[in-house]
Amino acid sequence: MEEVSGGILDMIGKLMTKSSRREKRRDVHLGDRIFYYSLKASAWTLVFVLLLMFGLILQMAWPAFQHFGWRFLVTNEWNSVTSEFGALALIYGTVVSSLIALVLAVPMSIGVALFLNELAPRWLSTPLGFFVEMLAAIPSIVYGLWGLFVLAPFLRTYVQPPLVDHLGFLRLFEGPPLGVGMMAAGVILAIMIMPTITAICREVFRAIPQSNREAALGLGATRWEMLKLAVLRSSQAGMLGATILGLGRALGETMAVTMVIGNNPDIKVSLMASAQTMASILANQYAEADSPLHLSALTAVGLALFLVSLTINGIARFVVWRVNRKYVRGH
Amino acid sequence: MSTISRVWQLVGALLILAGSAAAESPLLINGAGATFPYPLYAKWFSVYREVDKSVEINYQSIGSGGGIRQFLAGTTDFGASDAPMSDEEMAQAKGGTFHIPTVLGAVAITYNIPGFKESLNLNQEVLAKIFLGEIKKWDDEAIVKLNPKVQLPKNQYIVVCYRSDGSGTTSVFTDYLAKVSPEWKQKVGAGKSVKWPTGLGGKGNEGVTGLVKQNPGAIGYVEMTFASTNKLPMAALKNQQGEFVAPTVSAVSLAAAGALGKMPADYRVSITDAEGKGVYPISAFTYLLVNQQMANPKGEKIVKFLKWSMADGQSFAAQLNYAPLPKALVSKVVSTIDKIKTAGAPAQGKMN
Repeated sequence: MEEVSGGILDMIGKLMTKSSRREKRRDVHLGDRIFYYSLKASAWTLVFVLLLMFGLILQMAWPAFQHFGWRFLVTNEWNSVTSEFGALALIYGTVVSSLIALVLAVPMSIGVALFLNELAPRWLSTPLGFFVEMLAAIPSIVYGLWGLFVLAPFLRTYVQPPLVDHLGFLRLFEGPPLGVGMMAAGVILAIMIMPTITAICREVFRAIPQSNREAALGLGATRWEMLKLAVLRSSQAGMLGATILGLGRALGETMAVTMVIGNNPDIKVSLMASAQTMASILANQYAEADSPLHLSALTAVGLALFLVSLTINGIARFVVWRVNRKYVRGH
Repeated sequence: MSTISRVWQLVGALLILAGSAAAESPLLINGAGATFPYPLYAKWFSVYREVDKSVEINYQSIGSGGGIRQFLAGTTDFGASDAPMSDEEMAQAKGGTFHIPTVLGAVAITYNIPGFKESLNLNQEVLAKIFLGEIKKWDDEAIVKLNPKVQLPKNQYIVVCYRSDGSGTTSVFTDYLAKVSPEWKQKVGAGKSVKWPTGLGGKGNEGVTGLVKQNPGAIGYVEMTFASTNKLPMAALKNQQGEFVAPTVSAVSLAAAGALGKMPADYRVSITDAEGKGVYPISAFTYLLVNQQMANPKGEKIVKFLKWSMADGQSFAAQLNYAPLPKALVSKVVSTIDKIKTAGAPAQGKMN
């Protein structure tokens, strides 16, 4: 006890003599110190929970890695009857469906953000922005059911037949138009990640000083040239960060994708074909896994997804942090 | 200050209330497992609250696999599963496990053939070939031969739809296909989730139904209770006697009666492709899993409930589209329930 209070006094003494940044936290009152440590404890608890989760998943996934080794990540067979598990088709399904989503959502989101921030009058941009953000509040199962009952029939009747007729030679659009499949999953993901990308892009555009826009206009730029020079060019890193955060959400999305992707763990070039993602196979098979090895293989898929999402989120944070710092320093 | 003291008074009053409620609260019995019989079990447990006010049975429909795992771990007082436990799982159970069949379920084949309103007839071989992807069109000779009186659409592709989530329904369906088709057994096999040679996967009965309704030419399989409740078209299947039988509650009960002769003492048996007249061939038991020895007071209460489920409980089955156990089987199951030992002594006449 004595040691602790001595330690605290010592620290307070050190704090008093340290740099001005440290001095701001010169909390002599006991209440402040308790407050400080309880906040610190909450922060560290989060880190601890994350590590604990990682450790537990690793432990549960270990038998699968031990049994299959590297083959687990590079083979395509997923068969619980013969206990052969390889995650390649799942990784492929996750990556391709997310890429389709990005290709569709990124240009659209940037356009929406530009319109709302730079062009739309306030009476329009406030409610419109609200609607875009509301898209993010819809539960994913609702997206999934909408995808199954509205989007898939729409794709099957109006979108896929002309694609097959005119672009079938591309191999991307061959096979019977079933509606459900990789394409439907990509489209639904695009709708789901749009609010995220739009919201962050709006923040990024807002971070650009008004004087930059005025300078561009003052030099005789048209409105489009102003947007290109003053807004888009200096927001590149921020837009990239928004894209990556959107990608992070697309990679992990489960329910909506499960409803519309067709759930067939196989690698097919055609976007019309059914596929399977890492998250959707977990939703499908985890509750009723047949054998301990099956359970372990599913956990291994979860571990791969965990790592991919963590890395992508990390990259996004870094990119957004860098762009923010650049402008904060610039001012 | 006065507000705070009033809040404390309220808290105190609530605590006293909670305390008095706890004193009279019923004994809580926990179970978890299969989702398929959940509507019936929910009905049973709510009705049984009136029958025996001293117990409350809490059931979580987490799925058969989870039900077995939780039961083996001792987290729950009883488990529930559509598929019987495997020998390895049986070995993990301390003191032994009884499988108590409660009702029967069946797998219905549903379809969406454009312009086709009649009932579809299918036999073992054709059904297997459709799901293997070998019969690709509805006007295939083999299907036409089974449905001579009706017009099937020309050149309409078959879209196979299956359950993408691991489920007892898939297990029963693939078990049937593996029994009737050597090719299915060799290429695909049986299990809660298998590697499907062709088709689209939907999650849950509603996912499969959604796919079937959406896709012209689709065929899929769902639980009979789900199909009946949602009034889906259901195919009649050829049984061992050569009759085409549609899935009905009585045809499914007959499957259990047909399998009675070969019924092992622990009821761990597949009754798909059962013998007998009027039998619907893709039928299966659903089970409650209980320990062979249980401590009182819970043990006694569970035994009492199980007996009720075999008597009054059976009458709730048909109205919810579940097939009740045949009478001959009920008496056999009751004798199994009598073998459960509670607190080291047989259940009867043991009151503290």
